[in-house]
Amino acid sequence: MSILIYAESAEGKFKKVAFELASYAKKVAGDLGTTVTAVTVNAGNISELSKYGVDKVLKVNSDKLSGFNAKAYADVVKQAAEKENVKLVLLSSTTDSLYMAPLVAVALKAGYASNVVGLPVSTSPFQVKRNAFSNKAFNITEIATEVKVLGLAKNSYGVYENASSLTEEDFNPSLNDADFSVKVESTEKTTGKVTIADADIVVSGGRGLKGPENWGMLEEMASVLGAATACSKPVSDLGWRPHSEHVGQTGKPVATNLYIAVGISGAIQHIAGINSSKVKLVINSDADAPFFKVADYGVVGDAFEIVPKLTEKLKAFKAQNS
Amino acid sequence: MKILVCISHVPDTTSKINFTNGDAEFDTNGVQFVINPNDEFGLTRAIWFQEQQGANVTVVNVGGADTEPTLRKALAIGANEAIRVNANPTDGFFVATQLAEVIKNGGYDLVIAGKESLDYNGGMVPGMIAGLLGYNFLNSCIGITVDGNAVKASREIDGGKETVSTSLPLIIGGQKGLVEEKDLRIPNMRGIMTARTKALTILEPVTASSETKAVKFEKPAPKSAVKLYTVDQLDELVNALHNEAKVI
Ligand SMILES: Cc1cc2nc3c(=O)[nH]c(=O)nc-3n(C[C@H](O)[C@H](O)[C@H](O)COP(=O)(O)OP(=O)(O)OC[C@H]3O[C@@H](n4cnc5c(N)ncnc54)[C@H](O)[C@@H]3O)c2cc1C
Repeated sequence: MSILIYAESAEGKFKKVAFELASYAKKVAGDLGTTVTAVTVNAGNISELSKYGVDKVLKVNSDKLSGFNAKAYADVVKQAAEKENVKLVLLSSTTDSLYMAPLVAVALKAGYASNVVGLPVSTSPFQVKRNAFSNKAFNITEIATEVKVLGLAKNSYGVYENASSLTEEDFNPSLNDADFSVKVESTEKTTGKVTIADADIVVSGGRGLKGPENWGMLEEMASVLGAATACSKPVSDLGWRPHSEHVGQTGKPVATNLYIAVGISGAIQHIAGINSSKVKLVINSDADAPFFKVADYGVVGDAFEIVPKLTEKLKAFKAQNS
Repeated sequence: MKILVCISHVPDTTSKINFTNGDAEFDTNGVQFVINPNDEFGLTRAIWFQEQQGANVTVVNVGGADTEPTLRKALAIGANEAIRVNANPTDGFFVATQLAEVIKNGGYDLVIAGKESLDYNGGMVPGMIAGLLGYNFLNSCIGITVDGNAVKASREIDGGKETVSTSLPLIIGGQKGLVEEKDLRIPNMRGIMTARTKALTILEPVTASSETKAVKFEKPAPKSAVKLYTVDQLDELVNALHNEAKVI
């Protein structure tokens, strides 16, 4: 009885969330006195997983699975879980993993807890802490079923090295036509840019920036920090920035290490989407802007003066520390 | 085409979130409930199908009698009929089991749910229904067209979007993009009047296990006050981000 993780990869390379999930699984496995098995699909450098404590890898290599397909991938994870007779399956919170998790849970007759934000509160009974009410509260959930599926919220545990010696095994799950009843015809990706989903730092602008022509200074700061850019809802509604950058309750959730908000008031619907970011830096000319109540660091003043200056300071810092 | 729109009845975002009964229950005192925003996009899309392609739209909620005003609002927006499964939802699997039963018995072609509801943010129900029924499933759906049995749709992926093809019967977990926010329907007086005459059927729940239960709620620890820097202290700010917060 091991713990199974689905170690997500894209174009053969593991995503950072795979290492976070492995780190988390290793700790839980230690507490339960068991080992960590990972299932991978068309991943290249398997041995990387051993750095984070994975003991065994079930390697799936299949042309049929060259693109993500929720039904088929859920079937792979289900069969891997059954083969290893696991009682705990861990998934991350990427759009893909969130898509397949409920399918995996139903197939395994497993109770499923999503948005898990830390190590189990208790393992007997099995209780986990989860985000709820758009990050305004936590919910301690008990899972009663024998087999359990957890979805770990992004950046909620961290990545920890913990070397293991890893064994690899080829795994050939049986897939049927029904697994492929949803066909991907084409994909459009924002290329050459850090995306909100992958970023550790996000630089976001609101209506306080006055117009799309002023985004250059945010893009520059983002490029110095290797960050993604984002915006508040009115900004995308006004067409200053693409909808894919709108964060908040009705937009994308952002769970980064650092969220920099420039000229954003901090309305509750905006905060709902960014609240699980670890550190928030707010730049706003209004000292009473609600965002300062949830911020860790703040500068009160004109963004058009502060942002270029701060970018220069960050550039100098990076030059010194790289 | 028969469309079922799953409606979650959730606290309005600006609601104060409090708990009662030793932090074991959500305190509904003074809370205003609304149609879950993700479901609202789906409902408007369904009404669009009804008007443009001739679909019959049913809305459904699993909940107590207190959720009926939310269903009436959906009827006022244009749904043809409403169903309430008379049960207190205990977890996502319980809700999905009830909805799967309604879908099986009602023979719906397209089931539109929201990708998550804004109370528990579980993101479980649409996928679980699909798993229970073996229907095709699309999550994070941001666009859909139906021609006979054939479906073309798009969905959000991390860092972009993809276009897919599939067929009915289909369950989608939808979100903004299914329609734009400016196109969301709101009830008008005529809608509100006719909604009163539309059927709201109450069904008793089927037995289903609750696989998980919420045992307790917590609020985040109070935050320490923001550390403010002036425009002349940006060196100190960079230093704090590096040494104290350790994020750069
Ligand atoms: C159902 C619903 C869902 C919603 N979902 C979302 C969502 O997902 N995401 C979202 O963002 N919003 C959402 N909203 C909208 C939200 O309520 C706010 O209207 C929005 O977040 C405000 O955006 P803003 O802060 O950019 O603009 P504003 O409210 O206009 O604030 C601009 C800020 O910029 C500051 N400023 C102005 N000039 C300068 C300057 N020169 N330098 C520095 N600061 C300056 C001002 O002091 C102000 O604080 C939603 C609303 C509803 C009703």
